[in-house]
Formats: sequence, C-alpha cells, structure tokens
Amino acid sequence: MAGESFLVRVTHADPVTTSVKRLRMQAIDGKTLPPASAGSHIILTLKTPNRLLKNAYSLLPSSLDGGTYEVAVLRTEDSRGGSTFVHDALSEGSELTISTPVNLFPINRRARHHVLVAGGIGITPIAAMAEELFRDNRSFELHYCIRNEPNGAFLKDLQARYGERVHLYHSDIGERFGVAKALPQQRIDTHLYVCGPEGMIGAVLNDASALGWLQENLHAERFLSPGGGDPFDVVLRRSDIEVTVGEHESLLEAIERVGVDAPHLCRGGACGQCRCSVVEKDGIIQHRDHYLTQEEREAGDAIMTCVSRLKGQRLELDL
Amino acid sequence: MSDIKSRPIWGRIRPVAHAARHFVCCEGSSAARHVAETFSPNAEALKQVTILYGNTDRNEEAGHTLDALGAEASLHYPTRQTLLISFKAHLKRLHMGAQIYLCGPEAFLNEATAIAESHGVLKEAVQTELCGANARRVQCVHCKGLIENVAYTPIACEHCGVNLMVRDHYSRRLGAFMGVCVDAEAPGDLPARESF
Ligand code: FES
Repeated sequence: MAGESFLVRVTHADPVTTSVKRLRMQAIDGKTLPPASAGSHIILTLKTPNRLLKNAYSLLPSSLDGGTYEVAVLRTEDSRGGSTFVHDALSEGSELTISTPVNLFPINRRARHHVLVAGGIGITPIAAMAEELFRDNRSFELHYCIRNEPNGAFLKDLQARYGERVHLYHSDIGERFGVAKALPQQRIDTHLYVCGPEGMIGAVLNDASALGWLQENLHAERFLSPGGGDPFDVVLRRSDIEVTVGEHESLLEAIERVGVDAPHLCRGGACGQCRCSVVEKDGIIQHRDHYLTQEEREAGDAIMTCVSRLKGQRLELDL
Repeated sequence: MSDIKSRPIWGRIRPVAHAARHFVCCEGSSAARHVAETFSPNAEALKQVTILYGNTDRNEEAGHTLDALGAEASLHYPTRQTLLISFKAHLKRLHMGAQIYLCGPEAFLNEATAIAESHGVLKEAVQTELCGANARRVQCVHCKGLIENVAYTPIACEHCGVNLMVRDHYSRRLGAFMGVCVDAEAPGDLPARESF
C-alpha cells in the first residue's frame, strides 16, 4: 500500500554511543535505493523471533555518493522488542526489507532561516536537515538537547562540521531549551523544526505559539511506537475476517498478518493515512495518534490503526 | 467576470491577541479610520503596535485619528511608493511572533502582499482588508510592464500601447492581475468598458 519495498543488506553496523546503533543499508537485488530528501523516514520490517514488526526510522544524512540509507536506533525498553532486535540481532550482512522513503517532515524551501531542535535520538532527521541546509548554503542553527556529552549521538561530527551553529543543552545539569530564551529575536521568515521526546515537542510548540509564532512556521516529527495493551478482537467487515490483536502487536500489524492490505504511511500516528471507520465497538478507543482532532476522538467513529487500540473486547472496522 | 481561483480574497483585519507585535500598513483615509476603529478597543496591544500610513488622499484628520491611538510608532508617508519603501525596511527588521495587517485599496494590497511574500513572510502572518478603491495592479503579459491603479477593463498598456483585457488571473508573486491583448483578431475592436 505504501509504495515499493526494497530488499537490503546491512553493510555497516556500528555503535554511535553506548545505546545508539547505526545501520547502513544497500539494495541487494540489483536495484538502487532512490535519493531521499532530509526528513524522510523508512519502515524496517523486523523478523523478531516472536513476531513481525514494522517500525519507522528517520534517515540520517544521505551520503554524497548516494545509494545507501543510514538509520540510528536507540535501545529502548519497548515491550515489542524492535530496538532490542536491531541492537542484538542485526549486524553486517543481515538482510531485511525496507519501504520506500516517505517525507512527512520536509524542509520548507521558502524559509530564509531554519531553526532545528533535536532531543536525544530525535537528532536523526534533524541531522539530515542540517546537512541538506549546509550543502545548500542556507542559514540555519541547530539546538541539540542531550543528557550529557557521551550520550549525544553524532555530537562531535555535528560540532566539527557546523561549528557555532550548534547549541547544546545538557539535561543532566538541568539545562533546557526554551524558545523565549534561545530564540528571542528570530527573523520573520524563520521556520522551526523539532524532533525528540513527546514532552519536549509539546513544550517547544506551546512556547512558540505563546510567543505568537504561527502554526505554519512550526514543524514537528512525532513518531510514536505503537505500544502494547490488552488483546482484543477485530472484525474486518468488508473482508469478512476476524483476528485477535495481540498484546504486543498493533492493530495495523494484526490486520496485515491476516493478509489485508490496509492503508498506512508513517506507522507512527502522524500522517493520517491509516484512518479507519469504526462500525461497532464494545469499549472505548484509546486514541494514541496525533492526527485526529479532539472532536473526532470524542465521536469515536474513527481509529488510527497504526498506534491506537480498543479498551474492550470487540472492534468492528469498515475494512 | 469569471471566478478564477487565483483572484485574491481580502479578509478583515482583527488584532491577534497573542501576537508579540502588531505591524500595520495602511493607505488612504478610509483605511486609516478603519484601522483606528479596529485597534482602539485593544489598548493593551497598542504598546506593541507600529503603524505606517500612506496619506495618499491628503487627509490630515484621518492621520490624526491614527496618531491619537497612542501606538508605539505612527509614521506618515505622502505616497504609496514612500509608504512601501518604509514597509520593506520594517519587514526586514520584524521578528517572529509579529502579525502584519494591511488595509487599503486593491492595488495597494496587491503590491504590499507581494512584497511580504518576497520577504519570506507566510500569507498566514498577513491579514488584509480592502478599504478604498477597487482599482487593480495589472501586468501586461506582452511587455511585462506593471500598471498601477487600473480602474476598468479594457485598457491600453501604458508601456507598449497594446489594448489589454484585465483578467481575473492573479499572480501572488507579482501582486498583479494579468492584462492580455483583447483586439489581436480585429485591431481597434474593443468590448464595452467595465469598471471593477
Ligand atoms: S500510518 Fe500514519 S497515522 Fe497511521
């Protein structure tokens, strides 16, 4: 549903910090990977021992010679085990399937100045943007929030390449990035891009809005991982199929497991592609996406299958 | 007239409560009075308001109404050109959080919105309201010359002399309507004049 997929081989796998691992991938079936603009992400299909996972990862800056993709994956305690699998089971020579890149976080080409804000592993798309802006000789600054220096992925590279454009905030000594303080007098043609933990994104966007910045000048990449929950049954009315969504599985993954082609793009609750009409339900929907409006959530007749679940027994979808 | 989508739709100016700064640029006495009415109930905001006024119809009284608002700055200019030169200079110094308000005749809005756009300002950061003449800014598509304050169609291009029909086709980048030769088939055979 979401375009072409590629079979790739991992050509490099190296630790960037103690908890971040970088993978470089190259197509193996004679295809070339298409160029990807900064801010793009791909979906990795991970064959973990227990289940098939499809996780979205932002691409790191593309190499100048092209043809390869790089992602950086943070080891987390997520219940689904995706990041653990990347860290423990993938190495040079591993083969996997990835999707065509999709860009839901593009650089606004009409802006004259770009403010990039990253928190932790949120640096991946932000680093790609910095590199693209740097190569195009555009005006930008990069604000990077890290726990401490050893924890700052790519920190040395970024500083060496972008010099004074890089501003650091160490959370272990209580430093915080605040829009009012860090960006008191930004030119009117500025755009801000933020990627990082949910709480940080929310704070940055709220601060900026309170200072009169327009929504149209603010851009955020919020990838949610589906997160588990109690199992429930889903009935696909049009396909006439019933399946149980497991505790570590997303609704979308369960639908795909039974061979139904459901729309999706970001798999992270951001793009709106996977929106599905709810025909019937015997519980309440746990909306975990960033797409539906408050009214739509309350109406309860639509669900974003990539991240949201039912708290109940049975959900019937128009699929 | 056809309803081509590019025809600009002007709105209403309304002070945005959370804007860090309000930047008003208006032309003509009716626009000045309207700006004064719109901003006077917002006394709190006025400390962060800058007003540029083009006193193009020589109406000192309307200018005084603006000054009486007590905005941080209230600057007067004698012509559209001088007004817009100042508008550009202020735009360059404007910061994020500012809201821009434009109020005046159509040809003024045409030109001022194009200037804002060329400075990288998003159209969402600019509020507009038509106040005054409907006369348009027109570009002759043949010689590319710009003609100010065109009140009716057809009109002879003041640069190359071609008889132009003013179309509803509008270029946001240029801030002008397109004027296209109307009598190519039968020179001198012009449709009846229509005002905007
Ligand atoms: S796939 Fe993008 S919101 Fe679900």
